[in-house]
Amino acid sequence: MENLRDLYQEVILDHNRNPRNFRKMEKPDGFAHGNNPLCGDQIDIYLKIRDGIVEDVSFDGMGCAICTASASMMTLALKRKTEQEATALFESFHHCLTEDEPHPEDVPLGKLEVLAGVKEYPVRVKCATLAWHTFLAALKHRQDSISTE
Amino acid sequence: MSGAAPYDVTARRLDFPILGRSVHGQPLVYLDNAASSQHPRQVIDAVGHFYEHSYSNIHRGVHLLSQEATLAYETGRLAARGLLNAACSHEVVFTSGATASINLVAQSYARPRLKAGDEILITHMEHHSNIVPWQMVCEQTGAVLKVVPINDSGELEMDAFEQLLNERTRLVSVVHVSNALGTVNPVERIVELAHEQGVPVLLDGAQAVPHLPVDVQALDCDFYVFSGHKIYGPTGIGVLYGKEALLNAMPPYQGGGDMILSVSFKGTTYNNLPYKFEAGTPNIAGAVGLGAAIEYVQSIGLDAIAAHEHELLRYATERLKEIKGLRIVGEAANKAGLISFVLDRVHPHDIGTILDSQGIAIRTGHHCAQPVMERYGVPATARASFALYNTRNEVDALVEGIRKVIGMFE
Ligand SMILES: Cc1ncc(COP(=O)(O)O)c(C=O)c1O
Repeated sequence: MENLRDLYQEVILDHNRNPRNFRKMEKPDGFAHGNNPLCGDQIDIYLKIRDGIVEDVSFDGMGCAICTASASMMTLALKRKTEQEATALFESFHHCLTEDEPHPEDVPLGKLEVLAGVKEYPVRVKCATLAWHTFLAALKHRQDSISTE
Repeated sequence: MSGAAPYDVTARRLDFPILGRSVHGQPLVYLDNAASSQHPRQVIDAVGHFYEHSYSNIHRGVHLLSQEATLAYETGRLAARGLLNAACSHEVVFTSGATASINLVAQSYARPRLKAGDEILITHMEHHSNIVPWQMVCEQTGAVLKVVPINDSGELEMDAFEQLLNERTRLVSVVHVSNALGTVNPVERIVELAHEQGVPVLLDGAQAVPHLPVDVQALDCDFYVFSGHKIYGPTGIGVLYGKEALLNAMPPYQGGGDMILSVSFKGTTYNNLPYKFEAGTPNIAGAVGLGAAIEYVQSIGLDAIAAHEHELLRYATERLKEIKGLRIVGEAANKAGLISFVLDRVHPHDIGTILDSQGIAIRTGHHCAQPVMERYGVPATARASFALYNTRNEVDALVEGIRKVIGMFE
């Protein structure tokens, strides 16, 4: 029970209760639908890109607390990032959740750091990364559906 | 039952070594029995003893071990015959599980008979394994899959069933006990109605055989399937029961060794039942383990098990209903020992993780029954399912655990 607080930190519960940028977007430049068939999480990601920079990103859908909080925090972290910076941030975030040692090229995670507790719950890593995978799909293919399975 | 000894759950728990372990520093409370049940010492020992003393391939050797292994394998079949009260043991085909059994019927019984426009009738509460094999055979033949709706409490709409059953219906395939809702379906009536139209019926008994007595002759169903691992036996072994005449009229499903009497390049003579459907070396130790599991269950008595689990279900339903913001999904009048539920504002996945940290194993997700989830407008549910070794104290632990989940999300 004690360790659980590392997973369900107050910040995470807050993002789950009041997700930021939780809205559909009219005429997005990029859109993707992500789903995790294992638990029924469904997420839509909307993007506005200008000159290679993420101008706006929002999400919509239904997921567990980890999935929703991660999506919410991701939208904040991505704003004004270049596509390269966004990809690098995802890679570093992913390393943080799945690997013991940081990689030399990892960039600072800032507020995303609170999700590091997910590492202790390997079955929940997909919950925390669903929004990110969906974001990358929105960036790349613009109109695709993606699945974590 | 007058004079029957009271059900001794403490003694039963001692039969299951795994129940003694702890999880995250807490005693294990195992409530994921509908996914797979645990194994009593009797099953573990039977499999171990078989490997240590009698293991060999079956049906082939003249040597002693092969004879012993064949006997042990066939003893498992006799046990399965007894469990289902099949008329004869060659109506009991060993498969790898309920899924394989349904696929066998779809491909070997249905496929050769189906024409474009024919109909297969299933229900809205089927496990994916009783949906997808029919979708596949419909795609192959141009037949159409029809689905009987369910009402808000999770019961089949029998009026709709009668209407959907018509002269184009070639097979009815229905779950006996729903793994997502706990509903016990009125299978006697279903078989009766289908037979009035001359339509054969397959019953998916994966969630039924561990929890209630089943008699395929009394039911008069044409096919009945189940998996060993949900009735305290090993994985990778299951049963297809089929009426002899139907099985005899079906072509083999897979070709290979053991399913033939003689092979030449001019032609091959297929073996008799049940071997015609058991191509290749089967799961021999699995059949031994399943036999031991059935013997174990019968030594306690399915009536006694059913009564114990019903009492747990009644108690758990009452206690869970005390929790504000908890909704039970599936409230059929006739239910077996499992409860699907959702909480306001807490996703089932989070419920699962937080209960796990307290040593409580439940299932969260769509339970391979996505149409059921969609019917009740939920992405997933949390599900607690009971077995012969669960206790009231464990129900109390579950209730306490859920209160902690809610506390955390307040
Ligand atoms: C009702 C029902 N049918 C079929 C199956 C499939 O069983 P198996 O995966 O052992 O083949 C299950 C398993 O969850 C089930 O609950």
